[in-house]
Amino acid sequence: MQYHSPTSFDAAVQLAQDATGVTRFLAGGTDVLVQMRAGMVTPDVMIDVKKIPGVKDCVRHADGRWVIGIAVSGAELGANAELVADWPGVVEGMELVGSTQVQGRATLVGNLCNGSPAADSVPGLVAAGATVRVSGPNGVRQVAIEDIPAGPGKTTLAKGEMITAIELPPRGDSGGDCYLRFIPRTEMDIAVVGCAINVVLEGDKITSARIALGAVAPTIVVVPEAADAIIGTALDDGALEKMVAAVRAACRPISDKRGTAEFRTHVAGVLARRAAETALRRAKGEKA
Amino acid sequence: MSKIHVTTTVNNEVVEFLADPRETLLDCLRDRLDLTGTKEGCGTGDCGACSVTVDGTLVCSCLVLGVEAEGAKIETIENMAQDGALHPLQRKFIEHAALQCGFCTPGILVAAKALLDKTPDPTETEVRYWLAGNLCRCTGYDKIIRAVMDAAAEMRGAA
Repeated sequence: MQYHSPTSFDAAVQLAQDATGVTRFLAGGTDVLVQMRAGMVTPDVMIDVKKIPGVKDCVRHADGRWVIGIAVSGAELGANAELVADWPGVVEGMELVGSTQVQGRATLVGNLCNGSPAADSVPGLVAAGATVRVSGPNGVRQVAIEDIPAGPGKTTLAKGEMITAIELPPRGDSGGDCYLRFIPRTEMDIAVVGCAINVVLEGDKITSARIALGAVAPTIVVVPEAADAIIGTALDDGALEKMVAAVRAACRPISDKRGTAEFRTHVAGVLARRAAETALRRAKGEKA
Repeated sequence: MSKIHVTTTVNNEVVEFLADPRETLLDCLRDRLDLTGTKEGCGTGDCGACSVTVDGTLVCSCLVLGVEAEGAKIETIENMAQDGALHPLQRKFIEHAALQCGFCTPGILVAAKALLDKTPDPTETEVRYWLAGNLCRCTGYDKIIRAVMDAAAEMRGAA
């Protein structure tokens, strides 16, 4: 295996483009090293991105946009009080990934590119309307988070392409988000179902919303019908019921050892209701 | 591919070794530097037996490549007792009989120290969640938690 630690994105892209054989990018390594150990992946070329300037930065720009570097760990996100205040749902999703030790290394982009339908940090990013900057042989493009996963273990990134940053839109004055997952224990498990909801309020009314589900389809799914059910409402019981029905209708889960398809579909509705209520409280500035 | 020369600081000492790029930091610590206090349990980041700190951050050394250690500052269990005197956590583990086979103990001590360095007065819940990535198949954890809480109290001067 060749190990490279380039000091610019251009150099990293060039290395990936010129590489022959199995190529992997290395940031936290909490997926790729496990896959190497298990014999699932035997990279010929490993491109460590951590020497590239800016990959550890997590910055809020003057317009309120957040730009998060690709090597910022879960622990570092959790320690960023301003980010937690703006996007608690995004951060709480990432913080559910793995142990303290894994949190010291694991990254948002790694979780995204691992392509797991149960990735805990991805629904929160999707609900937030986050995008990623992708560099490749054909230049730079900005891609919505939900367009990256292509199925279990697969992404839509082409050979030689790499994600160079995550962007979160400005939070604004009265928005809130929340991510909830169901696992049969309290820690160190993979989501049976995950649900993230992001709302923006004007007065009492929800003016925009995004709802994303994890572990109920081959990729993280966005459910615009569920968001439509609560937009224009104050999250009354009727709106919540319509939202829950739309969430359940969007579920296409498998049955496996972690839960049956019926159970996952049911729990998705339960989590959506609770996440919506928490996101609303956060949007109103309440501690939740 | 030939081996890569790595210069790094382990337990305040500058060391050098040659690493195959696929080798983990855990293997480099044990096999290249003879620091065998750090244990290999699962090798996949689930058990925490190989816990060390890299630049002050608690990690599983089985999930770090040896070549990533270039220029880093690493601390292992071998740096815990100072001048022959056990660290309070180590003493409390013995007092509370917080180990049986002892294989998980170095990792748990390193992880617990990382917690107390940043949170000197943790709640029991905080300790339990912090150590959730350190598996012990002997003790049932209760004595470990009590030992950590007691060590924290002593280190704060509250015991």
